[in-house]
Amino acid sequence: MNEQKKPGSGGESPEPDKKEGLARRDFLNEVTFGALGVAGLGSAVVTYQYFSPNVLFEPPTRFRAGRPDQYPVDSPIFLQDQQVYIVRTKDGFYAVSAICTHLGCITQWKPEANQIACPCHGSKFERDGKKIEGPAPLPLPHFLITLSPDGELVVDKLETIKSDQVLKV
Amino acid sequence: MASAATFLEQLRQTRVWKSIFRRGPALTNRTRSLAVFGNLFLHFLPVKVREKSLRARATYYLGSFSFLLFLTLVITGVLLMFYYHPAIPQAYRDMKDLRFVVSSGVFLRNLHRLGAHLMVIAVFAHMFHVFYRGGYKPPHEFNWVVGVILLLVTLFLSYTGYLLPWDQLAFWAITVGTNIISAMPVIGNRVKFLVLGGHVVGENALLRFYVLHCVVLPLVAVLLVGIHFWRVQKDGGLTVKSEDDRKE
Repeated sequence: MNEQKKPGSGGESPEPDKKEGLARRDFLNEVTFGALGVAGLGSAVVTYQYFSPNVLFEPPTRFRAGRPDQYPVDSPIFLQDQQVYIVRTKDGFYAVSAICTHLGCITQWKPEANQIACPCHGSKFERDGKKIEGPAPLPLPHFLITLSPDGELVVDKLETIKSDQVLKV
Repeated sequence: MASAATFLEQLRQTRVWKSIFRRGPALTNRTRSLAVFGNLFLHFLPVKVREKSLRARATYYLGSFSFLLFLTLVITGVLLMFYYHPAIPQAYRDMKDLRFVVSSGVFLRNLHRLGAHLMVIAVFAHMFHVFYRGGYKPPHEFNWVVGVILLLVTLFLSYTGYLLPWDQLAFWAITVGTNIISAMPVIGNRVKFLVLGGHVVGENALLRFYVLHCVVLPLVAVLLVGIHFWRVQKDGGLTVKSEDDRKE
């Protein structure tokens, strides 16, 4: 008597095989697509890593810029290979990036105008990188400049510092 | 003429011809349809078209012209690849060799270069023409989207090909272009690093752009062009308008 009242048992239910929870087909679908999703995510990560080179054959970002007494006072010296200006003032040394902050062109020091100018789109900067006019959105960054134990200037292009910091020699 | 016709007739009776084409001469509407259906290269084209959709003013043949230019660029591009190394400084020398040393090199290079410029213009003209005719309206929405992606693929092909001569123009165009990528918020610098394979436009960037230009983007373009043509037919043919009947 009791058995007949239970839903899903006996022949009265239209779907006698239906049980609570997931059907086998749905369960297998979820497992399959879940596994494919995990595998796909993993492949995406591995592909990203594959396309990011671990070793770069580019000019080193940290370089020696010679002895301090090579640099005359108050004249930015452009280092062509590194695309950096080394500026010596009365207070000391600083290193300014020569790469325009607009779209990456190489700027030039114009002694007659006493400013750094970009040939591509006409941005202008002071010798300490301060922006005079655009389209560049930002001033030229200053790089960390230090003195090596044997007395040479060392510039690290991955480390930017505040523009009021100078290296006293 | 008569002997040529009988020769063709005899050729059609041969076992080799029948094994290749699987059918006899296309003399009736039915056999003509079968000729289109049974050919891999024709089967996604319509068996019948409305006469007014063939008039110049219906399309100005801009899509066909873009496709013709694409074929020209594939052929000239493959030929240029026989003389080009995607390496520094060999790439620039190879480009100079193609211009001044290789027989017909300057012709092929300029055909490729000017064809590429022309293809960008043709694809844009095609898009504007389709837009002004309302060719994006149902049931053509999906094919419009495919067309927009094809426009982007065309522009990416144009951009990646621009670096390959490895001259000053190429170098600075890619430097400026990839700096635009780095303006993207949060992931900009990372995407730029992936595209260039480094921090500067160098050896890795040249190789990456070469592979994209010669393999990846053309394959994507071929796939999308196939879908594009097939959907024109499935969506009921070209958009025709009543004024297409007007006499010029």
